[in-house]
Amino acid sequence: MLAATVRLTRDLDLAEECAQDAFAKALRTWAQDGIPARPGAWLTTVARNRALDLLRRETTLRRVLPSLVVPDSVPGPEDAPERPAIDDDRLRLIFTCCHPALAREAQVALTLRLLCGLSTAEVARAFLVSEPTMATRVSRAKKKIATARIPYRVPSREELPARLGAVLEVLHLLFTTGHTTPIGAQLVRQDLVDRAIGLTRLVGHLLPDRDEVAGLLALMLLNDARRETRFDSEGRFVALPDQDRSRWDQAKIAAATDLLATSLRRRPTRYAVEAAIAAVHAEAATWEATDWTEIAGLYDVLGSLWPVPVVALNRAVAIGMRDGPAAGLAALDPLLAEPALATYAYLSAARADFLRRLERWPEAVSAYAEALALTDNDVERVFLTGRLAEVRANLGE
Amino acid sequence: MANYLLLIYGDEQKWASMNQDEWAAHHQKHQEFQAAAGVRSLGGKQLADSATATTLRSDDSGAMTSTDGPFLETKEVLGGYYLIEAADLDEATALAALLPEVYASHSGVEIRPVV
Repeated sequence: MLAATVRLTRDLDLAEECAQDAFAKALRTWAQDGIPARPGAWLTTVARNRALDLLRRETTLRRVLPSLVVPDSVPGPEDAPERPAIDDDRLRLIFTCCHPALAREAQVALTLRLLCGLSTAEVARAFLVSEPTMATRVSRAKKKIATARIPYRVPSREELPARLGAVLEVLHLLFTTGHTTPIGAQLVRQDLVDRAIGLTRLVGHLLPDRDEVAGLLALMLLNDARRETRFDSEGRFVALPDQDRSRWDQAKIAAATDLLATSLRRRPTRYAVEAAIAAVHAEAATWEATDWTEIAGLYDVLGSLWPVPVVALNRAVAIGMRDGPAAGLAALDPLLAEPALATYAYLSAARADFLRRLERWPEAVSAYAEALALTDNDVERVFLTGRLAEVRANLGE
Repeated sequence: MANYLLLIYGDEQKWASMNQDEWAAHHQKHQEFQAAAGVRSLGGKQLADSATATTLRSDDSGAMTSTDGPFLETKEVLGGYYLIEAADLDEATALAALLPEVYASHSGVEIRPVV
């Protein structure tokens, strides 16, 4: 709906405003008249009409609109013979937001904000930055799109590789944000997960021979295969060791394993290695049977392809699983000085878990308390509160 | 259509050290750029050595002072420019990518929309 409105207005801010107006109108009208047969079409029509109204007003005021450029007269790559097989408004908007003239972080932030409908707070959380920082980043990117006239189109085949990295990063972040919602009462936003998978498939059709796309899709499917087992009947989070593996979606796992085999034939890419790690988990019959040596080795490979603090954190956890909690704690130690992880709840939670297993109760209590203070997710909070009570009980004895 | 200024930056000493053949090849690339730009090129010039620049600004009391040299004292200086017309940033980028300064290790081209 937003993408369709952008195509008309060529202005991201205006399109967003019109989309919001349409939702507001829907709340009023639908309460009275009932929900229309095709709510999406209804909203798009209302948003576009609102945009036309505003555009007419703008024209009479003779104000120059900052414009998102849609080449009307000049033939763009879309009209060229090698025109991409897929003409999709959402892809067009993704590739515009991921234009190489924008800073990588701005590309990702803008797409999550505009295409995926995440709030600025949610995007800020995904990037581990403050909300005002993220708001500035998004508005600066929008301004550059308008002023420098970044066109609204799916790039030509030659231009695609330069944009693919950012596009995949967006889709991955979208998936993880849906899979483990950073803020709010639900742990999963399945709409975001499904959208990320659908869009990754579209990019895969556009670029069938790019291994990283297949790797990313495999990664998403492997994680999503556990969907039904991540919560108990009361909606409480169930950690990987306690999940009922017989309920994992074997069809999804098989599809992902096929994709992964294809994508690992050549040089391994970041997403393919991440998917390989997920596949090791998927193939283990029980938590105890997990091949931690394999997983720790894959994290070494991943760390060399993608050296970021979160990978270092997961690698340390895998070492702890392979060599015992004391080794894990030692591997986590250097990460305590990592600024990017200073407010990251999973670091505290991982330390808390190792301390608990070492029966170092007072330290475990403070680590769980720290993790609780850092998480904004209600379902995770319940899980951590349970663990905290458990270690406190031990402390009392 | 929008106008873009292509600002060509680079290390003056490296430019000065180019031999005649290198200059000829360099010049040839600029001619190819101009041919590709056609009517979309609205003008452009090579600038004289940055040592020939004069900079005007004012001191704390608001009185104008004139100094020799460019506004910014850097190793990479503005060496020339083109003013072009393009439909969007992608078209401007495609044209600018024809300039030889994009490919030399010491230089680069900045694309700035003209308001």
